[in-house]
Amino acid sequence: MNTVIALEDIHKVYHTGSVDVPAVRGVSTEIKTGEFVAVMGASGSGKSTLMNIIGCLDRATRGRYLLDGTDVSQLDRDELADIRNRKIGFIFQGFNLLARTSAVENVELPMLYQHARLRGGEQRARAMRALEAVGLTEWAAHHPNQLSGGQQQRVAIARALVNQPALLLADEPTGNLDSQTSIEIMGAFQQLNNQGITVVMVTHELDIARYTRRNLIMRDGRIVSDTPVSQRLEAQKELSCLRDAQQAVQLSL
Amino acid sequence: MRIVATLSIAVRALRRNLMRTLLTTLGMIIGVAAVIATVSLGYGAKAQIEAQIASIGQNVVLVWSGSMSRTGARTGWGGAGTLTIEDAEAIEREISFVTQLSPEIQSSAQVAAGNQNWYTRIQGEGSAYFDIRQWPVIAGSAFSAQDVRNANKVAVIGKTIADQLFPGEDPLGRAVRVKNVPFIVVGVLAAKGLSVQGQDQDDLVVVPYTSAMKRVQRVTTLRNFMVQAARPSMLLSVQQQIIDLLRQRHHITPEKEEDFTVRTQQEIAEVVTAQSRTMTVLLGAIAGVSLVVGGIGIMNIMLVSVTERTREIGIRMAIGARARDILLQFLTEAVTLSAIGGLAGIGLGIAFSRMLAASKGWPTLIPSEWLLYAFSFSAAVGVFFGFYPARKASRLDPIEALRYE
Repeated sequence: MNTVIALEDIHKVYHTGSVDVPAVRGVSTEIKTGEFVAVMGASGSGKSTLMNIIGCLDRATRGRYLLDGTDVSQLDRDELADIRNRKIGFIFQGFNLLARTSAVENVELPMLYQHARLRGGEQRARAMRALEAVGLTEWAAHHPNQLSGGQQQRVAIARALVNQPALLLADEPTGNLDSQTSIEIMGAFQQLNNQGITVVMVTHELDIARYTRRNLIMRDGRIVSDTPVSQRLEAQKELSCLRDAQQAVQLSL
Repeated sequence: MRIVATLSIAVRALRRNLMRTLLTTLGMIIGVAAVIATVSLGYGAKAQIEAQIASIGQNVVLVWSGSMSRTGARTGWGGAGTLTIEDAEAIEREISFVTQLSPEIQSSAQVAAGNQNWYTRIQGEGSAYFDIRQWPVIAGSAFSAQDVRNANKVAVIGKTIADQLFPGEDPLGRAVRVKNVPFIVVGVLAAKGLSVQGQDQDDLVVVPYTSAMKRVQRVTTLRNFMVQAARPSMLLSVQQQIIDLLRQRHHITPEKEEDFTVRTQQEIAEVVTAQSRTMTVLLGAIAGVSLVVGGIGIMNIMLVSVTERTREIGIRMAIGARARDILLQFLTEAVTLSAIGGLAGIGLGIAFSRMLAASKGWPTLIPSEWLLYAFSFSAAVGVFFGFYPARKASRLDPIEALRYE
């Protein structure tokens, strides 16, 4: 298995006035192709900072970070932007779709910033294939405010996948969703992971973390626990259980 | 990122706040329209003046008597009588490349014919006058050199005089009394219309200068000479030769000022157009200020837009937009704003100058290169005032921008 993420003694210190605030204090770990990892921890544990570094939105103060074999710790802003464009797909808690822009146009967005330029037709076709993969073909022309939360997050997943990245990064992807939709989204991640896509997500919900394969727990800027998920939940099963339960409730009424 | 994609993003962003976009471009529209209208008036006036100067004649050098009297008070052009018929003859005889010359003298008087009378300009001229000014005689003929030599009582009248003194009649062969001296009308001049100053150019009676000197004004000196050079390139040389000759003839020592003034047609044109140019530059500067104000309006709105769309900028950066892409996006938006304003302003400016031409009768002329200047300048205003907000956007930190509420 290839290593997608290799972190070597990563430190991040924020300078606020005269005080240095260490957010990440020496994280070393490896994530291989095809893994599905949940990074957990209380707020202030440094998990968001670590995700920003992994996502190439921020640079470590110290340490080395190899992403898909490339050392990205010393790259400048534009080079990082390029890495984000080609190698990373982002999914956010608040979906972060562009308002008043149709679903398919949102999905096309990463291709606008690609080095290799695509023709307009090819671009649209790729965006439509990505939407099809998340089951939203019929919603392509809809604007985000016409879509449900789950649908919006699916559009975001399609956008994250459209440039065929090496890594899918999700920051609290289910934070704004109800429990059933959350399971559906986790199902989508499991499906993608089964196709071989590496997924790393930040969450503070234990039951959501149980859909992944490996859990990293952070505290005070360090990884304090790194365990494989023993009793992994299957989204498909959980959903059918949920439906059965709902039907039972309806019948009893 | 592709230009088309960038442009479509810009247009979409601008359409989203249509009212704001329109109000922002209004500054540019008014500025550009003001510039176009000013320029069209300036060029219109210039073209008219140039046509007027050209109508003096071709390759003309004018010699005026006077510039300084013995007491030191300047009398102005045509004031002190220092030019004589002998001077005119000497110029015609001795200076090479002078093709024709017409001595001139001018006065105003009440003229009468039958029971009609009219106050008009009496112009004493040589027989070459009509040819130098390229002013055709449409009825009858011009007076001859013989008429001038003999100081005959003949006159060529302007269209206005023909209409006023001989309504519905043929003026040829009839008498026009100037200060009770009867002049026989031998020709009628073609109509020329109004001058730049609004003067009726056809309101005049042309008589031989000799007759005007002897019979009308009773003077022995002339007001000025109209000298025609053979070629435009000869004008300066002819001017210098006339100065040298007249200084010699008038016994003016080198340290003294001349008692005459010599101007070429170009110099006259420059003096006259300089005034209108000053006015145009002044108005243009005011209009230019409004363009700058329009630009500041664009900058203001772009800054608001950058703040409003901080989150969008963060999203774009997260999915791989480089600083340059963001810069280009906002710059394109600013330039689109100003260019739309520029185009609309050009349209409005043209409409306004047409309106002025139609309602006030002012001459207007818009040189096509000015349309290009106006458009390029408005686009440049967009680049200049859009750069700061665009740079601000491109320098945002993606993490901060994503967190922005």
